[in-house]
Amino acid sequence: MAVTGDAVTSRRAVEARLRGGKTDVAGVALQVFLLLSLVISLGVLVVLLTDIFIRALPAFTDRGLDLLTSPLSARPARAGMSQGIIGSLILTGFVILLALPLGVGAAVYLEEYARDTGPTRFVRTNIRNLAGVPAIVYGLLGLAVFVTLLGMGQSAIAGGLTLGILVLPIIVITTSEALRAVPISIREAALGVGATRWEMIRSHVLPYAAPGVLTGTILALARAFGETAPLIMVGAVVGTFNSTDPLGMLTGSYTALPTVIFNWAREPQEEFRALTAAAIVVLLVVILLVNAAAIILRNRYDRRW
Amino acid sequence: MVNEDVTSPPSTQRTIPAETQTDGLAPESATIRIAPLQRNVDEEERRMAEAQAQGATALEFEADQVVFELEALSCYYGSFRAVREISLQVPKNRITALIGPSGCGKSTLLRSFNRMNDLVDSAHIEGSIRYHGVDLYADGVDPVEVRRRIGMVFQKPNPFPKSIYDNVAFGPRVAGYKGKMDELVERSLRRAALWDEVKDKLREPGTALSGGQQQRLCIARAIAVEPDVILMDEPCSALDPIATLKIEELMRELKENYTIVIVTHNMQQAARASDYTAFLTMGDDRAGYLVEMAPTQQLFTSPENRLTEDYITGRFG
Repeated sequence: MAVTGDAVTSRRAVEARLRGGKTDVAGVALQVFLLLSLVISLGVLVVLLTDIFIRALPAFTDRGLDLLTSPLSARPARAGMSQGIIGSLILTGFVILLALPLGVGAAVYLEEYARDTGPTRFVRTNIRNLAGVPAIVYGLLGLAVFVTLLGMGQSAIAGGLTLGILVLPIIVITTSEALRAVPISIREAALGVGATRWEMIRSHVLPYAAPGVLTGTILALARAFGETAPLIMVGAVVGTFNSTDPLGMLTGSYTALPTVIFNWAREPQEEFRALTAAAIVVLLVVILLVNAAAIILRNRYDRRW
Repeated sequence: MVNEDVTSPPSTQRTIPAETQTDGLAPESATIRIAPLQRNVDEEERRMAEAQAQGATALEFEADQVVFELEALSCYYGSFRAVREISLQVPKNRITALIGPSGCGKSTLLRSFNRMNDLVDSAHIEGSIRYHGVDLYADGVDPVEVRRRIGMVFQKPNPFPKSIYDNVAFGPRVAGYKGKMDELVERSLRRAALWDEVKDKLREPGTALSGGQQQRLCIARAIAVEPDVILMDEPCSALDPIATLKIEELMRELKENYTIVIVTHNMQQAARASDYTAFLTMGDDRAGYLVEMAPTQQLFTSPENRLTEDYITGRFG
């Protein structure tokens, strides 16, 4: 029995029913609305990017690579962002050195060693919360602990440590997820042939989780690379490198690409507009490249269990 | 994980045989009126059978033939008792099958033989399980060494996503094996009846093999560390009949050198492949207990307990 009641099964009746196309108005309306949402959100981004690129174009055509290699200067015609790039690279290096081992270690402990008790779950939940804490708060922490308490001053070390702490929760979370994705059957297989817990982790769990860990780390780096607020708190704004030897660069005043943008945007001269846009383009390109690398790595090593 | 599965709220009316429950399709009221009566009779008989099972005397073997000896072994996940006071002996160089309905604790019991349940935080045992006379859960017993001697093959083939060679060589490597690894790998694969199929592709990933081959690879991996016992947790449940027969054939060859304990859902498999069979079922508290253990032939032809008979004739479970 058809729901519609009359079970007409003659050929004509069936044909009339099957082909009598009624338009699903609500469905179409919804589809249009969804498409509009997509267009609007993408549209904003496209407008923003085009605007920046157009503004940046003169700077690139006038100065070319000189823009990337020149040091900071008060005179727009000579100002470049090399110090910002170097500063950002130093900070990124710190993040890798500090946050990667600490974050992976913490995640391995949480996932592989810690018993599933109340305190463990409390810690897990709060690491997620830490990842949601606004960056400026980490800046304050860096200012209070690294700059003042530990007497590092407004140095690249203090900035790097601050950014490292900032992305630490991200690395812990992504590593935890990657570890959890390694099926329990693999762990049992390793233990079943007489491996110790550490042998199981070293030979199986970590290697299989490595692509996920790597992806998470790269995304964390991109985040650190673009972060501005905490750097302003720990003093990147005031500084330019006044030393060329490596140690001096780490302990003396410094700057980073996002803070260069911040500074240039505040300059009164009209010429700095193009420079600011150019620095933004450089920052965006770096972040896009880093994210692309993360996606490629993830796709290449993605493992289905 | 494991315990979540087991500690799901206990279903009521466990004692009602499946057939009276599934009768609901028949519209005739007569059946419905008869059903409760039927149930009462069944329930009473069942109670008696259960009582009989509690006092069941376990099969005894000569002392030097006993590999495992369980004494009133209970396994818990948290406060939930999954296995209740099982006493039995597992004989050397024989295949002992554990059969019983789903959720009766067969796997839990098997996993307590090599302390695999240690992985579950909430798991613990009462009673004792002795391996060649040594209490496996005594203080100072190293679970790693236990698992080296008591290998395991799991329900779903779980080769490492590494080469076939590395799959087999991992165990010996962590055990610090000093001999010629190539020979050991070949010997293990030969014993697992897999060598001829993989000898030209030892460097290819083990995960690329077919399901049956993967399971034989897992068996090769288990015997590469030259254990004394191999525990098999429904090793054929994910395999087709031909692969299943191959594994069973392999088991018969392996028992020359190893003691095998196998959990199976498949009664034909137990009947075909094992020397001894232990039948477990669960009580109202959802804890699995041993109903009877006997030479396989005897258990399947003339079971002592009515519960066993019901199960092997397909009346429930």
